[in-house]
Amino acid sequence: MKKILILGAGTGGTMMANHLKKALNPKQWEISIVDENQTHYYQPGYLFLPFDIYQPEDIIKPIKEFIPEGVDLLHRKIDKIVAAENYVQFSDGGRIDYDILIVATGAKIAPEEVEGMKGAEWRNSIFDFYTFDGALALRDKLKEWRGGKLLVHITEMPIKCPVAPLEFAFLADSFFKHKKMRAQVDITFVTPLSGAFTKPKATEALGYLLQEKNIHIVEDFAIEKVDNENKKIIDYGDREISFDLLVTVPTNKGDELIARSEMGDELNFVPTNKTTLQSNAYKNVFVIGDASNIAVSKAGSVAHFEAEILTENILHYIHDEPLKSEFDGHTNCFIETGDGKALLIDFNYTHEPVEGTFPFPGVGPMQLLKESRMNHFGKLAFRWVYWNMLLPGKHIPFVPTEMNEAGKHFD
Amino acid sequence: MEKMISGKQVSVNEEGFLTDFSQWNKDIANEIAKEENIQLTERHWEVINYLQEQHRKEIPMSIRKIRNSGVVDIKEFYQLFPQGPLKTASKIAGIPKPVSCI
Repeated sequence: MKKILILGAGTGGTMMANHLKKALNPKQWEISIVDENQTHYYQPGYLFLPFDIYQPEDIIKPIKEFIPEGVDLLHRKIDKIVAAENYVQFSDGGRIDYDILIVATGAKIAPEEVEGMKGAEWRNSIFDFYTFDGALALRDKLKEWRGGKLLVHITEMPIKCPVAPLEFAFLADSFFKHKKMRAQVDITFVTPLSGAFTKPKATEALGYLLQEKNIHIVEDFAIEKVDNENKKIIDYGDREISFDLLVTVPTNKGDELIARSEMGDELNFVPTNKTTLQSNAYKNVFVIGDASNIAVSKAGSVAHFEAEILTENILHYIHDEPLKSEFDGHTNCFIETGDGKALLIDFNYTHEPVEGTFPFPGVGPMQLLKESRMNHFGKLAFRWVYWNMLLPGKHIPFVPTEMNEAGKHFD
Repeated sequence: MEKMISGKQVSVNEEGFLTDFSQWNKDIANEIAKEENIQLTERHWEVINYLQEQHRKEIPMSIRKIRNSGVVDIKEFYQLFPQGPLKTASKIAGIPKPVSCI
């Protein structure tokens, strides 16, 4: 009996467990998945918690509901991967051997990376919304907040769901308008990049949004430290911005176990081949989702497209064939713009997001890179799709794994 | 779009970044630097070489990577390329600026 081991039962790991259960002969392959937690969080829902649009119970379910029968689910804490000897060491001393390893250990925030971020003002006037408890703490803060200067801030790239901070700013504008206190709130978006939008077509099509919503922007801001006493963020160029409420996306890092295993880069992301998803260092180790260092958005839709490619490549690997299935960097995301509207973007390694129709070329019904109510309902419906189709590893109808160039306006 | 820089026809985007790295040369770098009010010194070139090396390896750049590069510390990086140093240095090096998904 050969063994395939999946580390992490989040979006990527759960999808792989379901794909591989269907694809592999149970007489030859034993599949195990390890996760120390009992709960699966619908992470796209974190964006909606602070504004009371989703309730906590809307976005949590037990991990075991999504692991198919015949796959061994182990709730154990991992100490490290010993890749040179093909085994994983548990913190309590036991170990598990593997023939093939899939690393799906994700990414998480590391506010301690910035001096002062986790200081006296943390969860007082400084919040994150990239964790379940952070998003809930921010919800409670927003309920009682009387207004002032709100900064929506990105510490450094890469981050999970790179567009979420901008969505947060848009939803905050909506939220305070409905509370009839928008005039008392100054919203500023602070980014280390050269703008809220960085791709030409998106800048052209969406630049109006910031103006329309009266959101100020500070660009090229590389934060060095947080001054808790004076409530300021300060960058390496000595620029200072004061705040009454700082909603920050701290540095995102891969899991600490990657560092303990000496398999990561300086942010604990695993160097990975961007088309085959095989680790650069070990042929029998594959990486899916946020855990890898490949230059794609760290997002569930990416992991979904990767899972289909990775399943094929694992079959190729088992049959001693070249890993000929190639991931094209396909990403597909709904972006909330507030006031009950959203955008949809669909792109890959070689094509930037452009206008057009989706999923049916020339027909739609979704509009790409344009605000619409239909897209907003798409975003809300996505939660159902996530639990019922994405995690069980079902193919989403009409949405191909490789990006479709038809129906898009590429000049 | 096409632009004449230092006597050579090159492809650039709306912000003046080269879109084809193979068209880059040192004269072009000097002229872009002049537009940014920077006189390139030996230290500038060490940073530019590092950025280009990372670009060839398809490693996306960030302030953290610069900090860990051993080539330059952040204070000096800001002195060499004032105001948005990563963007400015990338432009002179003929490589794309760091981007997000949209």
